[in-house]
Amino acid sequence: MYVAVKGGERAIENAHRLLAHERRGDRDVADISLAQISEQLALGVDRVMSEGSLYDRELAALAIKQARGDMIEAIFLVRAFRATLPRFGATEPLDTGTMLVRRRVSSTFKDIPGGQILGPTFDYTHRLLDPELAEGFVPELPAAAEPAAAAAPRVTDILGRDGLIEPSPTADPEAAVGDLTRDPLGFPAARDLRLQNLARADEGFLLALGYSTQRGYGRNHPFAGEIRFGEVEVGFFAEEVGFAVPLGEISLTECQMVNQFKGSATEAPCFTRGYGLAFGQSERKAMSMALVDRALRARELGEEVLAPAQDEEFVMSHSDNVQATGFVEHLKLPHYVDFQSELGLLRRLREEFAAAQTAPPLREAAE
Amino acid sequence: MSGPVYNFAYLDEQTKRMIRRAILKAIAIPGYQVPFASREMPMPYGWGTGGVQVTAALLGADDVLKVIDQGSDDTTNAISIRKFFARTAGVATTTISTEATVIQTRHRIPETPLHAGQVLVYQVPIPEPLRFLEPRETETRRMHALAEYGLMHVKLYEDIARFGHIATSYAYPVKVNARYVMDPSPTPKFDNPKMDNCPALQLFGAGREKRIYAIPPYTSVVSLDFEDHPFSRYRFDAPCALCGAEDAYLDEIVTDDKGSRMFVCSDTDYCESRQAAGHRGSESAAPHKEGAHG
Repeated sequence: MYVAVKGGERAIENAHRLLAHERRGDRDVADISLAQISEQLALGVDRVMSEGSLYDRELAALAIKQARGDMIEAIFLVRAFRATLPRFGATEPLDTGTMLVRRRVSSTFKDIPGGQILGPTFDYTHRLLDPELAEGFVPELPAAAEPAAAAAPRVTDILGRDGLIEPSPTADPEAAVGDLTRDPLGFPAARDLRLQNLARADEGFLLALGYSTQRGYGRNHPFAGEIRFGEVEVGFFAEEVGFAVPLGEISLTECQMVNQFKGSATEAPCFTRGYGLAFGQSERKAMSMALVDRALRARELGEEVLAPAQDEEFVMSHSDNVQATGFVEHLKLPHYVDFQSELGLLRRLREEFAAAQTAPPLREAAE
Repeated sequence: MSGPVYNFAYLDEQTKRMIRRAILKAIAIPGYQVPFASREMPMPYGWGTGGVQVTAALLGADDVLKVIDQGSDDTTNAISIRKFFARTAGVATTTISTEATVIQTRHRIPETPLHAGQVLVYQVPIPEPLRFLEPRETETRRMHALAEYGLMHVKLYEDIARFGHIATSYAYPVKVNARYVMDPSPTPKFDNPKMDNCPALQLFGAGREKRIYAIPPYTSVVSLDFEDHPFSRYRFDAPCALCGAEDAYLDEIVTDDKGSRMFVCSDTDYCESRQAAGHRGSESAAPHKEGAHG
């Protein structure tokens, strides 16, 4: 008797219904609101916005809720929505030097104009589980002070004035900004596309690659020149009025790594740069990105490409977690047609092997 | 929060135009992989996003769509994709190969010969036939440009030296229009001869890898082989247990835990239409129609 092995429409519908039920969990427990996710799981929302390439806290919170807290699934939901949005154009380049800084640290100078600002950070917390947090905890209000009068100049700009660090390449205002979601990626890829790829890349993948450069696989002697987190205004050049109009503010984390020297017979040695940028407060992501960006500049800086983190095709082709999870997980789709042909071939090879074993042995060659 | 509104067949018209340009280029250079700006689709990569984008760019209001996975219309992913287009494009769908104007497929070519005017859209996981010999795209593109396919022949030769056969049973490489070596997607090599001189247009979409390629109608498609080791189809020892077909690709169904097996057509439409025409196999008493869909 032939058993029904094929799936069915009803099976899919029932599976979706069951999923919705499981997502809700115990119905006696209050439904979680998007505001709760956005406010209290803020760093998760930041990650979904960064890797989803869409700055929208509410949609990111919805995606996290819909994905039952699975971050890659949430990123996928945001990406799929983003793909359907029309493009009005590109904003003016952001000036992170004008950032309203909420946190800013440099590991290269003890004190810097604008000061070191610890801000909200896990860095010096002791990782002891806090039972008080379990329910109804009301924290003290934070200490407040007048905001700093002067903007904080970027540490790399301070180094740059003396020529101690290579200048940032200046953008050609007429040149279109590369966009790997609108044009197919080719290799070798320019740095704008590399940075876009890294900004969308999986945090864990970048973390591991960045870590590998620290352990000697493409070492580039990094110092965290500066990490800053805060709000930056976004400007959009409107043809109708003839100047850039502010669209609003976004929260960003920027990391500027200061890396080993480069120099030649004709050029004085200077530090080199690695750059990381992420939506919201995403320091691990921004720092890992800066390490990998620097590693990927190996060819440009005349270094030998030996380590995985320096290999542009390897990094850029495998950094996207939505692509990676899709292809890994597609192995659970039926493959029985291919498997059948492998099975057929294997059986034939085994038959031939068995026949050869039982056949009289060939006479050995004369010694 | 207001719900988003989606265009006919999901993709916006600009994206469809971009995909159509890639398709036209692919048709103009048979077997050549055209890069395209693949979009994130609402189904995961690996589920057929390339094929879905090609189909979305092709569909018009009066098209009739058939979707198969493993040769079958009622595998879960085939149902899911068919429903996606029924919902977003409102096109008519069918399971009958001859009635469809567009057939999207994963891993099979229908047994019923395709006719002129039809389009067969393949879902492709890895479009590059040389990928497992050379992982770098920069290298493989150069090898295609120079028609430098020696590496592939060496691989096939090494198979023969080691196993006595070419040990590739699916995704068996072909040469299209005597120029480009092409991956036919993971169809069993049993299906390869159907691609040759086919009256239908064959389009291949790889979403994650961002490539589209094509075989225009009536184009020569030759499976790579050697004079003394000619290409051969995989042969089944038994006919289909339901319709008695001897010329069809079969699924092996494990029927108990004692090693019993039966073989039935992987192409469900072919098998059902043969049964409707009165053909019988050894297990014909138990027709395998599923009652749930329709």
